Amino acid sequence: MWARPSELRSRHVIGMNRRNIHFIARYNRRSLFPLVDDKLKTKLLAHEHGVTSPELIGTITSQFEVRRVAGLVREHAGFVIKPAKGSGGKGILVIEDHAQGIYRKPSGATLSIEDLERDVSNILSGLYSLAGSPDVAMIESLIRFDDRFADYTYEGVPDIRVIVFRGYPVMAMIRLSTAASDGKANLHQGAVGVGLDIATGRALFAVQFDRPVEVHPDTGRKLDKLEIPDWHGLLRLAAACYEMTGLGYIGADLVIDKNHGPMLLELNARPGLAIQMANGEGLGGRLELVESQPEGVDVDARVAFSVAHFGRL
Amino acid sequence: MSRKPFYIVVALLMFIGIGLSVHRHIQYEVPFTPGEQRAVWEVEAQVRLEAGGGPVIVELAVPISQQGYRLLGEHTASSGYGLTFVETADSRVARWSIRAAQGSQHLYYSASFLVAPGEPRAEIPPPPLRQDRLWQSPFDTAAEAVLTRAYQRSADPYTLASELIRELTGPTQGENARLLLTQYDLTELLVRMLNQAGVPARQISGLMLEDGRRRQNLTTWLQVYKGDEWAIFDPASGRQGKPERLLLWHAGDAPVLQVEGGRRSTVSFAMIRQLQSASESIAQRPADASLLGLSIHSLPLEEQSLFRTILLIPIGALIVVMLRILVGIKTSGTFMPVLIALAFIQTTLLTGLIGFLLVVMTGLVIRNYLSHLNLLLVARVSAVIITVIAIISVFSVVSYRFGLNAGLTITFFPMIILSWTIERMSILWEEEGPREVLIQGGGSLLTAVIAYLAMTNPWIRHITFNFLGVQFILMALILLLGNYTGYRLLELRRFKPMVRR
Repeated sequence: MWARPSELRSRHVIGMNRRNIHFIARYNRRSLFPLVDDKLKTKLLAHEHGVTSPELIGTITSQFEVRRVAGLVREHAGFVIKPAKGSGGKGILVIEDHAQGIYRKPSGATLSIEDLERDVSNILSGLYSLAGSPDVAMIESLIRFDDRFADYTYEGVPDIRVIVFRGYPVMAMIRLSTAASDGKANLHQGAVGVGLDIATGRALFAVQFDRPVEVHPDTGRKLDKLEIPDWHGLLRLAAACYEMTGLGYIGADLVIDKNHGPMLLELNARPGLAIQMANGEGLGGRLELVESQPEGVDVDARVAFSVAHFGRL
Repeated sequence: MSRKPFYIVVALLMFIGIGLSVHRHIQYEVPFTPGEQRAVWEVEAQVRLEAGGGPVIVELAVPISQQGYRLLGEHTASSGYGLTFVETADSRVARWSIRAAQGSQHLYYSASFLVAPGEPRAEIPPPPLRQDRLWQSPFDTAAEAVLTRAYQRSADPYTLASELIRELTGPTQGENARLLLTQYDLTELLVRMLNQAGVPARQISGLMLEDGRRRQNLTTWLQVYKGDEWAIFDPASGRQGKPERLLLWHAGDAPVLQVEGGRRSTVSFAMIRQLQSASESIAQRPADASLLGLSIHSLPLEEQSLFRTILLIPIGALIVVMLRILVGIKTSGTFMPVLIALAFIQTTLLTGLIGFLLVVMTGLVIRNYLSHLNLLLVARVSAVIITVIAIISVFSVVSYRFGLNAGLTITFFPMIILSWTIERMSILWEEEGPREVLIQGGGSLLTAVIAYLAMTNPWIRHITFNFLGVQFILMALILLLGNYTGYRLLELRRFKPMVRR
């Protein structure tokens, strides 16, 4: 039932207190937090630094612009409307395709342009943002996720979380939504977390609700065969987020698009600790190793270092 | 980054805290443990008035030792005023005087009463029988009728008093009684009618003692004589006998407060109950002016009773810090549990828990409806605040109707905080599901209960109230905890599967 602290220490597991004091407080400057708390800012910053992210179709910042939605999306088959400061996936509207003013969601349900405008209007009034402050609606092109993941996920897009410490990718996992998580990729809501080998991008170990699992609970697919395509490209993208934001300890959420390869979805300045469970290994040892590395190493060298030191297969 | 300055600050705080406490222990002989306890009520009367610029004389009736309470000592605070105590046959008066005073004046009288069940009842001579007062028509016939009925149904002065009260206030209250009450105050009327029947009686003022109360008023009671004996009646309910918590303040015919040379004079009362060790006499010591002798006891009682609660808040904060950093309990709103625990002190634990659950659960249901209206946050929380006030009012009225006076204490809950709790829990419910609401709600309540148990512990209350140095120690402990990077207790369970492999 209970682990002894010495057992956890010997596996380099870090706890909340250590993460907060030693890593977040020390390496993440408070003034930089808004860069990642506002997805629009993150996106513009990513564009500046050449970090690929889903194409921004447009933004809507005030209520009288709401009628622009139809015009903005006309040329785009699939798109996503999301609040810039939303949390927990609230207010996100995914449209797979549309014709003659009928918009179709992945579930097959159809919406009219009025439904879209209402969602945008709600986003602007701050219905989905933290503390209800006025927000901005972003319209992005739809991510078409790689078919190779189709058996590994239930409804939602699988996203890859990489912990990037001082620019070094230290640990990674892929989060697969399940029926229990209601198509969302949040581990505490029941998504499956699969630890990924930093050297190869292959599955290491999987957990659901903090307990080990072998197969995806809904599709029955064995999880140990999972492998991420273009793994090195993804690591480079994650590592580049350090120069981009200046934040030392971040969780980068990435997706693999069928046509465009790895893309940055969003960044998190307070990444959770569940990734340790999905990897069956603590973060502590790797973070300490990175801490002893000098500053000013370029992206490729950092990725090479991580691949050399953090591979487990 | 060196942590040295941090540890120096912590060590310094510890040193100051321990030093001050030990100094107070040795120099002022304040014991560290509450020891053998005896309850002492500190009662303070505060007189306020607007002085007109000329000489002012203020006379305030003051209490004496009586059944159940022994007067230990008295203090007054009144800068520039001369003070004499005047004793008459039936009352004792503190008389302040000054040659010239201008503007708002504050005079304090405080007395400490030891709870002494063996104390003999006060010898108060019976008042003169006044049968000379004439009734005006038509009150004379009404009084006559009521008195005759009551007289026939009674056997002695006490039963006569009971019957009169029943005639005047009971469910059988007749036309005559209602007529009389339009003209006379109830207690005054009772005294008059008893006198008419040849029974000496008078109005008497008393103070209901309730711990930590401020801005209280005296209540009026009826004292009825039967030969040399007397008994006290509650004019509203007719109940005979002095309530245990009633401190008789003043028995004479004169008003409690008389002021010459001032206007808009009021007197209000504050009281706290203290547990003192038998040998202790902190409260009786004159206030020490030196900085090291600083103690809450040098403040007026009204502020003392405030501080008694304020000084407990750091204890609650320490418990929240420990439960979050060392144990890893999730709460809804960081310090909300401390405020709930403070409310529990007023309501008692069980009533508080039931009240809290009722308010929050009803609030959640109503908040759930509000969320369908798609309101902006500030408007929504304001609507929840009004809802909470409505719920609290309804519960108070309903519980009072069913004779549950404990239900009235629900008003001690911090309503704004409760509203935010409901708002947060409701959002949590939508985003994370009911399980997370149970975890955080349960965590908050558990924290509140532990904080309540700590804050009501007699030893902790004794230490925090009597040793201000303890606050420095608490500060140092909280700083140290803020530096803790080890595992939380619940993480040992969370990460257990990593060890099994």
